[in-house]
Amino acid sequence: MPKSSYSGLQKRGVLLDLIFLNVTRLFAFVVFALLAGIIITLIIGSMPAIREFGFGFLISAEWNPVTEKFGALVPIVGTLATSFIALLIAIPVSFGIALFLTELSPGWLRRPLGTAIELLAGIPSIIYGMWGLFVFAPIFAETVQPWLKNSLGATTLLAPLFDGAPMGIGMLSAGIILSIMVIPFIASVMRDVFEVVPPMLKESAYGVGATTWEVVWNVVLPYTKAGVIGSIMLGLGRALGETMAVTFVIGNAHKLSTSLFMPGNSIASALANEFTEADGELYTSSLIELGLILFFITFVVLALSKLLLLQLGKREGKTT
Amino acid sequence: MFSLYARRRLTNTLNLAASYLTMAFGLFWLSWILFTLLKYGLGGINLAMFTQMTPPPGSDGGLLNAIVGSLMMALAGTLIGTPVGILAGIYLAEYGSRGWLAPATRFINDILLSAPSIVIGLFVYEVVVASTKHFSGWAGALALSLIVIPVVVRTTENMLRLVPDTMREAAAALGAPQTKVIMQVTLRASKAGVITGILLAIARISGETAPLLFTALNNQFWSLDMNQPLANLPVVIFQFAMSPYDDWHNLAWAGALLITASVLGLNILARTMFHQKNSQF
Repeated sequence: MPKSSYSGLQKRGVLLDLIFLNVTRLFAFVVFALLAGIIITLIIGSMPAIREFGFGFLISAEWNPVTEKFGALVPIVGTLATSFIALLIAIPVSFGIALFLTELSPGWLRRPLGTAIELLAGIPSIIYGMWGLFVFAPIFAETVQPWLKNSLGATTLLAPLFDGAPMGIGMLSAGIILSIMVIPFIASVMRDVFEVVPPMLKESAYGVGATTWEVVWNVVLPYTKAGVIGSIMLGLGRALGETMAVTFVIGNAHKLSTSLFMPGNSIASALANEFTEADGELYTSSLIELGLILFFITFVVLALSKLLLLQLGKREGKTT
Repeated sequence: MFSLYARRRLTNTLNLAASYLTMAFGLFWLSWILFTLLKYGLGGINLAMFTQMTPPPGSDGGLLNAIVGSLMMALAGTLIGTPVGILAGIYLAEYGSRGWLAPATRFINDILLSAPSIVIGLFVYEVVVASTKHFSGWAGALALSLIVIPVVVRTTENMLRLVPDTMREAAAALGAPQTKVIMQVTLRASKAGVITGILLAIARISGETAPLLFTALNNQFWSLDMNQPLANLPVVIFQFAMSPYDDWHNLAWAGALLITASVLGLNILARTMFHQKNSQF
């Protein structure tokens, strides 16, 4: 090969490399800028509502399209309450599932059962919603709700929580269906972090005579603390933003109520139900501000989750 | 009452039994939901579903326009989102060891991965629908592509990182420019993983409803025009299920079964494909 064409080929390679590097960098920047774009767009969209209501928007429970008075308190409370119920159920269950998949399951069952749990995460949320409305809610209203009312609801302390007619739909049902939806997310991340624990650590505990439970509780859990909390935050992030499943069963009432049996509203379901029908700038912009609040809350929760999971990853790097 | 030993054994047994129960609890919901879908949906799956349009209440019909609309938007969303995701993923994996952009993008991408999809819908509404003044299939496709991107970025990066550095070094030692190393060696070595990611992304967007509500809206009639509101399965299911009409409910169940079957099928396909490829090593 003559020298000149050789260096020409090399130059072309260098140029190509430079172009390729910058093209990939550009697209990485697009992903990076996406988040800023979403936040800025939502802020611009909610400007009329921010100007009109100011901080009062966050603490007002009024939601009246006719008089154009809007406040976010009811959907915010609904979002937080349903997510809280969901986590209350999902945390112990996910922990049990992760424990089963890492320590108890026979080897040949581990993969199919793990896949089955992940399939639960794959089912679209609208299916959960339909199932919740048509199948779960009627059964729930007939069996579990009267039972809750007669047992927990009979105590003076908890009575307000279980007040009202058992209709099957409402905050409690929404919370329970949310919990089923976030279990696979929390469980599969927990399983992954449990698998990070060095076998030597566990074996030395077994070696001094610890039971399986003691190994999990005193060795695995302390070692993976940050990751476990991270997985819970991830589940919380999912629960907060879940739309369709909640929309079907929460009842969509802009009313603040202490009872978990009563219909409520969440940010996401208010958006799903009202956005396309909202007329008037203020109504639309109030809904966009709701979306902004939701995005802000989930951003903080997910960022915390990510930081905690990263912390675990760092330690993993240090010990090996 | 108990000796220390017996108490420890008892705690262990009780807690492990609880663990078995939670596993059963998880599988119970999965089977109940799948059973419900089969029970109500199977009766509605027939030829008419794939050949007729969505009906007005009270008459027969199918879901053809919704199925076609969904396919079009999923295809367009994947075609827009995949190249962006793969290129960004390449940057993170291959050039990501220095500078501020890569760690920041990785962090933000993980947040976008779990961000509420309804907010994505709001964003696309504000950017596209509000400025063009009408709902459209393209807006829906764009919203779906924004959900595809983080999934593809994440899997592409992870899969490229699995490729041993010795392979990169071997190619570089032969004088290959870095572009060639990436395109013809590392990307090719992780092809199965990247395709798995794309399949998972398609599975994810096939069932997404929330981002389509304010972007593609819905269309009761046959339409292939991506500039107009486009019918799509999830939103049709939502509308039909929320309606008081029985025949609409039946169609919604049939559509729900169809969506779930395809989403779960894609999931399983992606997993087995990836597993097979990995067991070769």
